[in-house]
Amino acid sequence: MRVLRLALRRLAASLPTLVLILVGLFLLLQLAPGDTVDALMAQMGGGDQALAEELRRFYGLDVGIAAQLGRYLMRLVTLDLGFSSIYGKPVATVILERLPATLLLMVSALSFAFFFGLVLGVVAARRVNKWPDTLISTLGLVFYATPSFWFGLMAIVLFSVYLQWLPAGGFGDITQNLTGIAAVLDIARYLVLPTLTLGLIFLAIYLRIMRASMLEVLSLDFVRTARAKGLSETRVVARHVLRNAMLPMVTLIGLQAGTMLGGSVVVESVFALPGLGRLAYESVVQRDLNTLLGIAFISAVLVICINFLVDILYARLDPRISAES
Amino acid sequence: MRALKAYCRSPAALIGTAILMAVVVMGVGATFFYPNDPLGLAGRPLQWPGANPRFPLGTDPSGRDIAAQLFHGARVSLLIGFVATSIAVMIGIAIGALSGFYGGVTDTALMRVTEAFQTLPNFLLLLVLVAVFGSTIETVTIAIGLVSWPPVARLTRAEFLTLRTRDFVQACRVQGLSDLHLIVREVLPNALPPVIVYASVVMAVAILLESALAFLQLSDPNVPSWGNLIGLGRNVLRTEWYVSAIPGVAILLTILGVSLVGQGLNDALNPRLAASR
Repeated sequence: MRVLRLALRRLAASLPTLVLILVGLFLLLQLAPGDTVDALMAQMGGGDQALAEELRRFYGLDVGIAAQLGRYLMRLVTLDLGFSSIYGKPVATVILERLPATLLLMVSALSFAFFFGLVLGVVAARRVNKWPDTLISTLGLVFYATPSFWFGLMAIVLFSVYLQWLPAGGFGDITQNLTGIAAVLDIARYLVLPTLTLGLIFLAIYLRIMRASMLEVLSLDFVRTARAKGLSETRVVARHVLRNAMLPMVTLIGLQAGTMLGGSVVVESVFALPGLGRLAYESVVQRDLNTLLGIAFISAVLVICINFLVDILYARLDPRISAES
Repeated sequence: MRALKAYCRSPAALIGTAILMAVVVMGVGATFFYPNDPLGLAGRPLQWPGANPRFPLGTDPSGRDIAAQLFHGARVSLLIGFVATSIAVMIGIAIGALSGFYGGVTDTALMRVTEAFQTLPNFLLLLVLVAVFGSTIETVTIAIGLVSWPPVARLTRAEFLTLRTRDFVQACRVQGLSDLHLIVREVLPNALPPVIVYASVVMAVAILLESALAFLQLSDPNVPSWGNLIGLGRNVLRTEWYVSAIPGVAILLTILGVSLVGQGLNDALNPRLAASR
């Protein structure tokens, strides 16, 4: 209960940050050349001044910037993100359609990176300065240096073009009407390569952090006590070291939630996944600034939510946190 | 001196330095090795590497020499990485120093702004900046600098927080030295080593951000960039995959070099940490 209250307080503290982001982005987008109406008129193939003015009135662009900002923030309270003239739907609807693919991709990439980062970090730390450690650390360095979009393309060449094991892009087979387990397995097949691509750099970061914090914790007194009790090395690592060594990694998840969302823009473009990141890219190309602002808002909310969950997880792993407050 | 010796003893640091030097030589000597416009037509399009001795790395879908683009791209990548990192480090140090030195309301306000920048995914902010200010090489470089400073600010702030209460700072304060003197001449030199080490991470991320932007064709199309070339190769990926593969290796090696140099610097400047490895 105390943990929840603590995390909720952190959540409340991030509200001003959210407002700051929105106001900043809104003002920034006012500097963009041309507005929604210009983009719309260009799409229609031009029109006269009277039509432009009428459209501006319709989209509420005929009043001052301060008034527009006020209206935007007021509408946000009711979760109304405005109207996307390119898609001809409310922005909230467009984003909601694209959100599941991104969430699925993030969860799977995070699980992949976390699990293998943990295992490889533990193995490297237990064989420190021997060949498994050198191999894993070198792999970590190379993975860290690999541009994700390039890795994705090369994975497509190898696994989709030559070996033909996995699909090169898309999100599920639309030619067959699959349901139930078959549909889930089908989507999973399409998610394998994007997950590896997005997760690779985080795997590299996690294994490095895990190795360092394992080495740190292994040198502490309570580990010596545990060993002196006669516990086997596996038991010492599993019961005593792991939980403590995981703390920096958990912190990192929260810190890098934003980076991961940013990375999904590129990965979703490579694999033609219908997600939020691809929507962000499309709205930049099509100058759909209303949608872009909405995506930025939702992304910030997402990052804040992930940090909220991380706070709770952290407190569960480290009882000192809830005892202190 | 001791730090330099420690740096030279680490094989990883030396490999990193060698890779980075090679990339620098490629970039600096680009006009010497390939005096012609790297974006100009050079020969028949899509020749495989080795098929024609004139083009050791082949030609791209528009018949441009890939090796020439690789050399000129090294210059662009290093330049963008260096300038964007400088911008990020300068903003980060300024904000972190003010925040850590003065504390109180200044600290709260500046940290709120930093938090806002960290909450918003930086690639998304980069997209917004490019959408608003266009994608010439100058705007892209500045935009990358603008999205990369928050970690530097946090690091500088943390250093300043521990340093400002030290005796030598208090002694200077008693002597009546100005705040500016205290920040720039007394505290900053002591806070700098970890920031310099972190600059290598910023540079690696900056190069990756630019190449990702160029890959999405949202960077300057009029400069030869590795990311651009990977993006162009995407259209012929199924058959002529070497067009995308070659510049990717160049990016990978450059980032690897930068990271190894950063790691070497870290080990050399923090001997306590190096000993425990």
